[in-house]
Amino acid sequence: MDEIRETIIGILQDLHEDVDFENETKLIDRKILDSFDIVTLISELTNEFDVTIPADRIVPENFNSADALAKMIAELEDE
Amino acid sequence: MQTNVLEYLEQTLPRVPDKVAFADDQTQLTFAQVSQNARAIGSALSADGLSGEPVVVFMEKSPAAINAFFGVIYAGCYYVPLDVEMPAFRIEMILEQLQPRAVLCDSVTEPQLAQFGYIGKTYLFDEIVKTPVNDAALAKIREKQLDIDPIYIVFTSGSTGVPKGIQACHRSVIDYIENLSETLGFNENTVFGNQTPLYFDACLKELYPTLKFGATTWLVPKQCFSFPIKLVEYLNAHQINTVCWVVSALTMISATGTFNTVKPETLHTVAFGSEVFPVKQFKLWRGVLPDAKFTNLYGPTEATGMSCYYHVEREFEDTEAIPIGKPFRNTGIILLDEDNNEAAYGEPGEICIRGTCLTMGYFGQPEKTAEVFTQNPLQKRYPELIYRTGDIAHYNADGDLVFVSRKDYQIKHMGHRIELGEIEINCGLFEGVESVGCIYDKVKGKIVLFYTGPAEKAALAAYLKQRLPRYMQPNRIRQIGTMPHTPNGKLDRKALTAMYEQEA
Repeated sequence: MDEIRETIIGILQDLHEDVDFENETKLIDRKILDSFDIVTLISELTNEFDVTIPADRIVPENFNSADALAKMIAELEDE
Repeated sequence: MQTNVLEYLEQTLPRVPDKVAFADDQTQLTFAQVSQNARAIGSALSADGLSGEPVVVFMEKSPAAINAFFGVIYAGCYYVPLDVEMPAFRIEMILEQLQPRAVLCDSVTEPQLAQFGYIGKTYLFDEIVKTPVNDAALAKIREKQLDIDPIYIVFTSGSTGVPKGIQACHRSVIDYIENLSETLGFNENTVFGNQTPLYFDACLKELYPTLKFGATTWLVPKQCFSFPIKLVEYLNAHQINTVCWVVSALTMISATGTFNTVKPETLHTVAFGSEVFPVKQFKLWRGVLPDAKFTNLYGPTEATGMSCYYHVEREFEDTEAIPIGKPFRNTGIILLDEDNNEAAYGEPGEICIRGTCLTMGYFGQPEKTAEVFTQNPLQKRYPELIYRTGDIAHYNADGDLVFVSRKDYQIKHMGHRIELGEIEINCGLFEGVESVGCIYDKVKGKIVLFYTGPAEKAALAAYLKQRLPRYMQPNRIRQIGTMPHTPNGKLDRKALTAMYEQEA
């Protein structure tokens, strides 16, 4: 789980070098991630973890923090 | 003969005064309201002595902002849309170029204006629309207006680091709207779901056909484009039947399996462009909307909106590219080779456009304009301008144009056209950056920036956010020891590409 989280932070950092992804928990609500980022993020996560992120998981709650993203990926890997 | 885009509104108004023309989640404006507001704005601006000059519309994306455009045209001026989300530095550069005497804003944008050093007059939308309409004054303005007068300026990326303002007139826009509408089959039952920002010519596709036919345009909330199920639900809730979107907005829906949960129910016309639509994703769309009309559009802003279209009606292999097709009626395409001769059939050549669609060129930049708006080299007998797009294409066996590549460092990224040079110049201005090189990873759609010097990556990224619009931000930043150069001293982008590929 920690490893997943670390990889995700790496991907996020590439999107925005200047954001503190370790601690930020309102990535969507505060409009830090926009639709550009979400599209990019989905394709990167899909490639990196070899999972398919179904549309019903692509909801604001799952994208608000590195933790939420890691949790979603971990669940998808278990399925 | 129609000579003014406002005639679309004036002819439609008596038919459907109470129908909604432009709407978002907060506001709905009927044709009667659009007309009333636009004439009030026109009356106010002209009473203040504005005429034949740029008027900036600095408002949040909203039905009101669209309405303001028409008001500016009523005053005999031309509108320049600036977006709230544009970085301050870019807005300053644009204001510097335009030297506008009037800016229309809303309560959100008004307080921001001061920071740009703007000293002209400011009009609040909610106030200016209360101005009594002076139809006699407006009629006088109209009498003097010609169809070669400009109606807007939109700013696009410039390789010298300064954005270029592309200026278009009534006649070009009317030509475009007539032919686009015929090609895509718009009518009074069309319900558009707008995706593109208002500060590009892309939104012409929705704005003017809405006026022409008495159709309706919904401005789809930006956040929907992050969450595909919400997006499709939005289309269904508003019975949207026509979309003209960038490819990434469409593939975002199909690639995430959204169709397993929700399907578009009312959509029957899907136009896309500016980017390659991966055939695999296209097939998913075709599968869920077997009866819909799918059209690939191609065109540079310099030729007003779109210039070519291709209705996707046959099957495509996954590796095949969807052609850009044929020019619209009354638009001419010539493919020129490097010697300015017409390329042999099937051979690649630069797409050059001729026709009424040609815009007036770059505002206040005659040299830049003359570089790409040139005499047609095939026409020796009389003056005839063509626009040289810099795009290379060839004809396939069916006689359709197929896009091949760019001849320079302009790229298409997420539907936006960007000069890599503009990113490099801005990055080079940051303290601690010694040299810069930018490449584009077409496969993954990533702008990759390399730099040398002691500057910190995070600080550089933050700086670029102040200078460049969102869509021009590098997706990867790499600090390197030395910048590779070719033997004749030019930046070696191939070496950078190799470096980047090794990473992966």
